[in-house]
Amino acid sequence: MYELFKNLADWLTSGASWSGSDGIAHRLAEHLQYSLLATLIAAAIGLPIGLLIGHTGKGAFVAINLSSFGRALPTVGLVVLVFLAGGLSMLPVYVALVALAVPAIVTNTYAGMTAVDPDVRDAARGQGMRGHQVLFQVELPLALPLIMTGLRLALIQVVATATIAAYVSFGGLGRYVFDGLAQRDLVQVLGGAVLVAVVAIALDLLLSGLQRLLFRHRTA
Amino acid sequence: MSVDWSWIGDHTDELTSLTVSHLQAALSAVFFGVLISLPLAVIAHRIRPLRGLLLGISNVLFTIPSIAIFVLLLPVSGLTRTTTVIGLTIYTLVVLLRNTVEGLDSVPAKTKEAAKAMGTRPLRTLLTVEFPLALPVIMAGVRIATVMSISLVSVATYIGDGGLGQLFTDGFQRNFPTPVIVGVVLTILLAVVADALLVALQYVLTPWRRRRT
Repeated sequence: MYELFKNLADWLTSGASWSGSDGIAHRLAEHLQYSLLATLIAAAIGLPIGLLIGHTGKGAFVAINLSSFGRALPTVGLVVLVFLAGGLSMLPVYVALVALAVPAIVTNTYAGMTAVDPDVRDAARGQGMRGHQVLFQVELPLALPLIMTGLRLALIQVVATATIAAYVSFGGLGRYVFDGLAQRDLVQVLGGAVLVAVVAIALDLLLSGLQRLLFRHRTA
Repeated sequence: MSVDWSWIGDHTDELTSLTVSHLQAALSAVFFGVLISLPLAVIAHRIRPLRGLLLGISNVLFTIPSIAIFVLLLPVSGLTRTTTVIGLTIYTLVVLLRNTVEGLDSVPAKTKEAAKAMGTRPLRTLLTVEFPLALPVIMAGVRIATVMSISLVSVATYIGDGGLGQLFTDGFQRNFPTPVIVGVVLTILLAVVADALLVALQYVLTPWRRRRT
């Protein structure tokens, strides 16, 4: 066990494993690119849906079921399926990652919107605010903490799952996991896993720090 | 890409047993996840310093790619169902723990004070006031964990288990889409049915919420 950790530390700290097109720095950039782009696309899809449903109260049933449908999609199956249908490209990976992230964003946005006190909403209406004013000036700010939680959850999931890009021969930190598995090189598998975890945690801390900064005036 | 219907007809027995084994793995994981996360959530809720630590640990575990977790468990439990269930349980923890803590947090302080003023003991307050009021948020976590587990079981196909996930590797290796499509459809179907049952369960368990719209 000690030997393994020593090898792992050596692998993670040696300059050779960080440089080059097969190096950690490059793989890290690829991984971030896949994850951030997929999460952004997912947010662009999921946020409006969640806000609209939360605001109008219509279509909640459909949206919630759609999102559990999306969450139920087995990522491996989806990647293989789009791969078999469309051939070798990054498309299967992005489709799978976006499908994974959208549900978390929709459900948390919707949950945040439903958690807004109906009295507050009524008060805003009673003061003569219009629908979009209620949405953007009252509901959205109040729902924001839960919306942020949804985005964080989605991003963590996407970062952890972006390893799958390597399954269909692309880059990212998953390369180390799948190559390590194929070569029976446990150090490489572990190294890849550790790096993915570190990236996810760093991004999560960053977002939660941001969240705390934005909502510091609120009492818990 | 068309579905070869005769393949489905020829493999109904295999599909049934894969579905059963799939569901069994996912439900075991959620069961153990709830069993572990409930007491941990109470601790995290009551003892502030431990809260960040517990949520942090479950967050860290959640970020490890599922394939890696299964591989890491191999020296411990080998190519068995146990490995699958342990791996999935670890994944359910983050959702269950976070939601349960958030649920307990959402109970109004005044309600707890009222219970205290009426002489209700802490344990009884927890069981008869806090848990019921936190139930919607907790159940939201259970639903997410269940659906997530059902979809994640397939990753265990890399370690020779994986229920319906075996259909994905099969289809990928033979360049034959039918098993993959069938696997995806059955997985989603399982998840949707399980989710609907949990919604029904929550409806039954929280009668006081029905009066509000």
